[in-house]
Amino acid sequence: MVPNEQILGLAAVLFAVGAIGFVARRNVLIVLMSVELMLNASNLALVGYGRLRAALDGHVFAFLVIAVAAAEAAVGLAIVIAVYRRRRTANLDEVKTLRN
Amino acid sequence: MRSNALLFAIPLLPLAGAVWNAVFGRRLARETVAFVGCGVVGIAFALALVAFVGVAGGRGDVVHVAPGFSWIVAGNFAIEVRLLFDNLSSVMTLVVTGVSFLIHVYSVGYMAHDAGFARYFTYLNLFVFAMLMLVLGDSLPVMFVGWEGVGLCSYLLIGFWFEDDAKASAGKKAFITNRVGDAGFLLAIFYIGWVFAQAAPDRSFSLSYGELKANAAALAPHATVIALLLFVGAIGKSAQLPLYFWLPDAMAGPTPVSALIHAATMVTAGVYMVARLGFLYALSPVASSVVAGVGAVTAFFAATIAVTQTDIKKVLAFSTVSQLGFMFLGVGVMAYSAGIFHLMTHAFFKACLFLGAGSVIHAMSGEQDIRKMGGLWSKVPRTAKTFFVATLAIAGLPFLSGWVSKDEILDAAFHSTLPGAKIFFGVALATAGLTAFYMFRLFFIVFTGKPSHEAEHAHESPPSMTVPLIVLAALSVVGGGFFPGLLPIGKFLGEAHPPSFSESLPPMLMALGVGAAGFFVAYKLYWGGPSPTALRLATAWEKVATASREQWYVDHALGRFVPRVVMVTGFMLWRLVDFFLIDVVILGGASAFAHGIGHLARLAQNGQVQRYATTFIIGIAVLLLFFLRCRS
Repeated sequence: MVPNEQILGLAAVLFAVGAIGFVARRNVLIVLMSVELMLNASNLALVGYGRLRAALDGHVFAFLVIAVAAAEAAVGLAIVIAVYRRRRTANLDEVKTLRN
Repeated sequence: MRSNALLFAIPLLPLAGAVWNAVFGRRLARETVAFVGCGVVGIAFALALVAFVGVAGGRGDVVHVAPGFSWIVAGNFAIEVRLLFDNLSSVMTLVVTGVSFLIHVYSVGYMAHDAGFARYFTYLNLFVFAMLMLVLGDSLPVMFVGWEGVGLCSYLLIGFWFEDDAKASAGKKAFITNRVGDAGFLLAIFYIGWVFAQAAPDRSFSLSYGELKANAAALAPHATVIALLLFVGAIGKSAQLPLYFWLPDAMAGPTPVSALIHAATMVTAGVYMVARLGFLYALSPVASSVVAGVGAVTAFFAATIAVTQTDIKKVLAFSTVSQLGFMFLGVGVMAYSAGIFHLMTHAFFKACLFLGAGSVIHAMSGEQDIRKMGGLWSKVPRTAKTFFVATLAIAGLPFLSGWVSKDEILDAAFHSTLPGAKIFFGVALATAGLTAFYMFRLFFIVFTGKPSHEAEHAHESPPSMTVPLIVLAALSVVGGGFFPGLLPIGKFLGEAHPPSFSESLPPMLMALGVGAAGFFVAYKLYWGGPSPTALRLATAWEKVATASREQWYVDHALGRFVPRVVMVTGFMLWRLVDFFLIDVVILGGASAFAHGIGHLARLAQNGQVQRYATTFIIGIAVLLLFFLRCRS
């Protein structure tokens, strides 16, 4: 059996990596991947807590997150493609018309 | 003291008449309107007479009180609307209802062809109601309601023919000038309330006359201020210096209105007020002296203007201001019954004079300039005879009403120990001579000599106008007997005994002398129209004569000064308060504040998604830390 501390620790590390990638990288695709990383880190935490409490609700919740993440990825990639067609760029710093 | 709820019928009947004519008057026949309008006042007079017999029959001991209703209750302050029918208000009520009734009847003839017939009687009845509330109300606030009511009716009736701009303006002038005085009256009421609240914080008070009298000791230290503030109100309402100038202009109204409101009743409200609050004025010799002084100076000042006026109503208007000054001299030297006595006799002869003037104007088809009249004695015999009788009364022919009452005032001033009373007596004596002069000048110019071209076709007025004239002329003759005979003068209003005959002989003889001199000069100069001597004098003293005719330029100066002050103040308020304070500081400040905040907040919105995300993550982290801290 893997101890709970290690599962939660891995989730925390993964989340941190995702968050840093989300904030620090400029390429849209990498940013979206970082979002996925964070979502999966939280899934891991949910499942881990579910096991800890010996209940199924954590697992059910993880499935819900996976479904929503799929939808998010679909919409997000569609927007990225639409932006790329217009702007010919995937760099987030160059997409900032909605300012001030 | 006797309780008598029927007293309320006296003021409420005219109110009912006013409501009736206001609602139905336009659809009813003139006869019905006139019948209701005169009838309610007639019944009110009859009721007042019945109640008066109760008072006078008991020689001034029975006081009727009509229990009323609570009007304003605020903490310790509880005003009750009650009526008080004592010696003073009974005399006033009789004068008001009696003279009003005669003038209502006269108006039926005078206003017969006017389009606003029902409106006229509505206002007139409303006025009688307000005046009766003023006179009968048993507390200062109730008196103030009547005070404002008569002011409103005065405004409505001066501007009765409001299509004429000058007449509408005259109404406004009267109303606004009265406001100045009313402010003083209100301040006095507030001041008395404040003194009472200071003196006894736990006791409730109502400002009724009985209460004021009972607490005179508490008021004594403030008596001078209160009395002078109240007198400011009296100055405005009774057209004394320096707020006299609205009354001559008020002659723009229909002549019966001039007779009723601006001679016989409303303008005497100030005298009534001072007499009613005599116990307060008695506490302050300074205030009494001021009242007497203003009265005496006004009497003389107005008389000097009256001697050169050429408009028949203007002569009578200035004469009214002058006679009101006499009344204030009377109440000022604490001869309250003498002042009220003169108020009553003046109501008789001045109403008679004004109605006579109205009859003359009616006969001359609206002409008011006495230079175009002359020789009317034979043309309008009944009017001329009654006018003559009233002229004799005001000039002070012995044993007529005006002589008796004016003599009482001069006598009181002569024997008064107030500071300055001797000077006031001298001024009043000179005024008495002037009065005889200008009244006979008016009479001779209008009625004697050869009929002028315009006077050729003059015709006598209908009986509805001449009968009130005859009644008023009769009252002018015998009115002087009312007080000494029917109502013993000192005792009736509860004062010190009147001076004995030998004491009052010197002022009486002096008054007779100056009166006769005034008559004689008028006879020499104006019998049969202005004599060559009169015209020569007028040219020799042209500057003085013009100045007098122009009211010593007081009205001109005020006409230039007051509007300018108002304009400048208005301009300052516009630029400073409206433009600078409200527009720039308040509105501009609020918008600049919002704009500045928005400008700062805009900087955070830079369009970089990752900056937002960073903020978001930091925010979440801070919140998490915060809640975790709280948990542990």
